[in-house]
Amino acid sequence: MRQKLMTATAATALLAFAGTAHADGELNIYNWGDYTSPEMIKKFEEAHNVKVTITDYDSNDTALAKVRAGGHGFDIVVPSANYVPIWVKEGLLLEARPDQMENFKNVDPRWVDVPWDPGRHYSVPWQWGVTGIGVNTKVYGADINTSAIFLDPPAELVGKINVAPEMNDVLYATIKYFGGDWCTEDKEMLRKVRDKLVEAKTKWLAMDYSVTDKLPAGDYSAVYYWNGAIMRSRLANPDIKFGYPKEGYPIFMDSVAILKDAKNVENAKLFMNFIMEPENAAMISAFAKYANGIKGSEQFMPEDMKTAPELVVPAEFEKAGEFLESCSPEVVSLYSRIWTDVQK
Amino acid sequence: MTSAAEIVRQAERDDVRSRWLLSAPALLIIFFAAIGPLFVMLAYSFMAKGDYGDVRFGEFSLDGWFSVLFQRDIFDDTIGLADAHLSIFWRSVKLSLITTIVTLALGFPTAYFIATRPPHTREVWVFLVTIPFWTNLLIRTFAMQEVIRNEGILNTVMIRLGLIDQPIQLMYTDAAILFGMVYVYLPLMVLPLYASMEKLDFRLVEAGYDLYATRLRVLWRIIIPLVRPGIVAGSILVFIPSLGAYVIPRVLGGGKSMMLGNLIELQFGAGRNWPLGAAISITLMAMVMVALLVYVRNAARSGAQHG
Repeated sequence: MRQKLMTATAATALLAFAGTAHADGELNIYNWGDYTSPEMIKKFEEAHNVKVTITDYDSNDTALAKVRAGGHGFDIVVPSANYVPIWVKEGLLLEARPDQMENFKNVDPRWVDVPWDPGRHYSVPWQWGVTGIGVNTKVYGADINTSAIFLDPPAELVGKINVAPEMNDVLYATIKYFGGDWCTEDKEMLRKVRDKLVEAKTKWLAMDYSVTDKLPAGDYSAVYYWNGAIMRSRLANPDIKFGYPKEGYPIFMDSVAILKDAKNVENAKLFMNFIMEPENAAMISAFAKYANGIKGSEQFMPEDMKTAPELVVPAEFEKAGEFLESCSPEVVSLYSRIWTDVQK
Repeated sequence: MTSAAEIVRQAERDDVRSRWLLSAPALLIIFFAAIGPLFVMLAYSFMAKGDYGDVRFGEFSLDGWFSVLFQRDIFDDTIGLADAHLSIFWRSVKLSLITTIVTLALGFPTAYFIATRPPHTREVWVFLVTIPFWTNLLIRTFAMQEVIRNEGILNTVMIRLGLIDQPIQLMYTDAAILFGMVYVYLPLMVLPLYASMEKLDFRLVEAGYDLYATRLRVLWRIIIPLVRPGIVAGSILVFIPSLGAYVIPRVLGGGKSMMLGNLIELQFGAGRNWPLGAAISITLMAMVMVALLVYVRNAARSGAQHG
């Protein structure tokens, strides 16, 4: 948190400083907290003479609820893959056609025909990563490439585990742990999932954010969390290792989209095109330590990111990763009841 | 029939009217900012839930209220008590009651101490009690986290002193939530207690001693009955915000032990069940109203006794 607060303060100071010039316009970005490179924003402001304001959110649902309520004043939002179709279906996004923009040629073909936005008519890649295991190897030294680390924790880790408070990520790993499929409605399977989570939770310490601070400091000895945050933890404490749950782990990609009621559409389009430039995409990644979807950005990345075990998925675990599609409303309501049971 | 009586009546009418006019801005704000939204909540609690949060307008449904206390089993559709909600209700009430008792135990001697200082120094002490209000609650909660976490000040000092060799796990326990709530709400207990004690006629206490009452007896039969309005006011002021606490259980409880505030937030966020969230909010308010009614009846009774 200290680190987060400091970053936030630094970012604000930078923005305040950069914003004093006579900006031709404004751009209001609504993005996840601790996720936007201040250097990249500063570069954008200087290149296009635009004053950028960033507002944080901590979950897809928070962002969705706030924008649906109206009167938000944001131009750009960065929803996760399985949420993009909801935003489109609810009529909240502008069909900005980034696929016709100049820098679109830089987007890695892997991220063009994506299920949540085929052909990229609405959104461009921001960052992508996986949810996996982070363990302090001083505390526990055996195999960490399994969800058992938080579902059936070894004695050394009991009471020292933090699990991301994200319904989808946690349920996904648990369903996969029992060999099920995402969006399953199989009651027998879901009963096992619920019972396992309720039992496992008694062995967890917390379900919280701010891992980049507490994992290296030793407040947590193991986490189920996002790879970029775990990499940042490792850079602060070399004993931290990352594990890919072999039973199955979720892949996420957050994509930049323009809101239908945006007031600064032209600046938002400039920003979309700007972040598809390899050098700028690399700045985004260098800050938050997640991969981006832009070809050629690797050459601008810090050396330590090109070989990072958190970012380069080993061949044997590649198959275990999967994008979370959004389930039907009936399944979501089933899952959120299980989640309430787990959180009580 | 004299004009004097009429003049008096006219003056009274003017007085009433100017009082209404003077309070009109406040009443308007209360109506639009507090009572209006309450009706919105009430209406939402009787609507069907939308697929992605929100409600379906005009579609009447009792599902929200039904799921406050009951649930269809996820797996076989039988109807049972919603034990997830009940255990959260119980945790909230339990933690709030303990917070009230602990702040009373700590606040009573503090207020007594301040009330028995010479008049010109009392203000300084009261001023010191209010200093925590200068800082935002969220920041104070994070500061507390720095104190009690494993690598925090408390554990580091105790390890350096050789009192313990392993850090004590305080963060993310019910004890941490309690610790946080007691710290944050203590001034709300001390101030009304002090207001009551300041008015306490200490000659009565001396008279008690003169009549050979023991210290305990003086406390029990003289001081406590006289400062009872302060005790009740302080307890209410602590109990009510404790019931709805959100930030403290979120930060110090690590999101693992929910209280009512967190449950409500969940329904409006990832749970996507606004009618249920609205129904729980109104239930919480009803609980607060009950506590307030107890207070009003108590205050009326003690007012009748001492007024």
